[in-house]
Amino acid sequence: MAGTDYGKIVRDGLWNNNQALVALLGLCPLLATTTSATNGLGMGIATTAVLLLSNVTISLIRRAVRPEVRIPVYVVVIASFVTVVELLMHAYFFDLHKVLGIFIALIVVNCTILGRAEAFASKNGVLPSAVDALGIGLGSTAALVTLGGLRELVGQGTLFAQAHLLLGDWARVLELGVGEGFHGALVAILPPGAFIGLGFLIALKNVIDRRATRKTVVIAAPPAQPAKAG
Amino acid sequence: MKIETSIVVAGLLLGAFSVAGAGLVAATHVATTDRIALNERQALLDKLSVLVPAGRVTNDMATDRIEVSDPSRLGSGRTTVYRAFDNGAPVGVILTPVVPDGYAGPIHLLVAVLSDGTLGGVRVVSHKETPGLGDKIEERRTDWVLGFDGKSLADPLPEQWKVKRDGGVFDQFTGATVTPRAVVKAVKSTLLYVREKGDALYAPPASAQVRALAGGAG
Repeated sequence: MAGTDYGKIVRDGLWNNNQALVALLGLCPLLATTTSATNGLGMGIATTAVLLLSNVTISLIRRAVRPEVRIPVYVVVIASFVTVVELLMHAYFFDLHKVLGIFIALIVVNCTILGRAEAFASKNGVLPSAVDALGIGLGSTAALVTLGGLRELVGQGTLFAQAHLLLGDWARVLELGVGEGFHGALVAILPPGAFIGLGFLIALKNVIDRRATRKTVVIAAPPAQPAKAG
Repeated sequence: MKIETSIVVAGLLLGAFSVAGAGLVAATHVATTDRIALNERQALLDKLSVLVPAGRVTNDMATDRIEVSDPSRLGSGRTTVYRAFDNGAPVGVILTPVVPDGYAGPIHLLVAVLSDGTLGGVRVVSHKETPGLGDKIEERRTDWVLGFDGKSLADPLPEQWKVKRDGGVFDQFTGATVTPRAVVKAVKSTLLYVREKGDALYAPPASAQVRALAGGAG
């Protein structure tokens, strides 16, 4: 048995098997919370925290849990951690909780988390499971922030508005505005905008992947080709 | 025999995890309850104190409150009234009326009426209006709601308590008239209610105090 390929686990989570853009899991929170980049980031961090806790726990107990009851056990573990994260957020990030509060409970039904528990943590050791949770979590967070930023920019003409609620006062420098008088395309903020935006993101990812495949083929022939496409 | 044992073991296992999970949640709950209650209270105080003149309120507005009921004018069967006193002298009341006829469901307001009958301010607590259109009633989006500051039933006159499109003095938004119209109407009826009740809103009903305490932070 060679050592676990942590690089591959991270790459899969961030890009190749991005849960939001490839597996299309966790769409319910993804579509509901991405009205702004800040909301996306908050949701992403909360999801990553729950994912990390649940993956580590499930990896620890994987030998003790009988296969017949594994799914209910995972659900109990995940639901407990989500409630704990919700309570902690309510206590320590009160303003953010006001914005995201009702969506935090949605993490329980985020298939990404149950999916990783079943597909990865139940078969792997603690460290690989933790790495997998971080990779998958950051990949989902990136998708959430990108989609949130896209919708916020198009729909409202701002980016990272209210980021200081999440990250502290220094984050005010992140808060951009296109300027007064920009009314934006309302559809981007409304639920259809979430589907349209997600569609574009998935398409974009597929285009990039296809380019990369083609480039690999080209590079394979003349090895001295400089990276043209940047 | 073997199958039965394994089912029992599996059931016990699931039960053990449920107990452990519930225990974890209970422990976190106990550890955070006080802090959450403190946060809620502070958030409430922050919201209330901007609506009354700074530095003049000497009582604790978050707990000095009464419940009133006037569904036709205040929009719901139970309306909380927070009272502000300056060493026993009335400064103002802050009501929590509900706007029943918003574009997309009820709009919850905070309306501060000072003891001289003018508005200390109006804030939107929650609403479901269309993002980008009706949500301009929020203070963090536009200054519209600040236009109520200092207004009273004498200024503008009662028949001008309408949006401009209806011949009144308050702005509407492009593409959203229903929302501001409903809010203006609700603020006006709140003012009418406060004028009619007068000093009764400042009276110290012992039973209401007890009820407010029993209601806790909720």
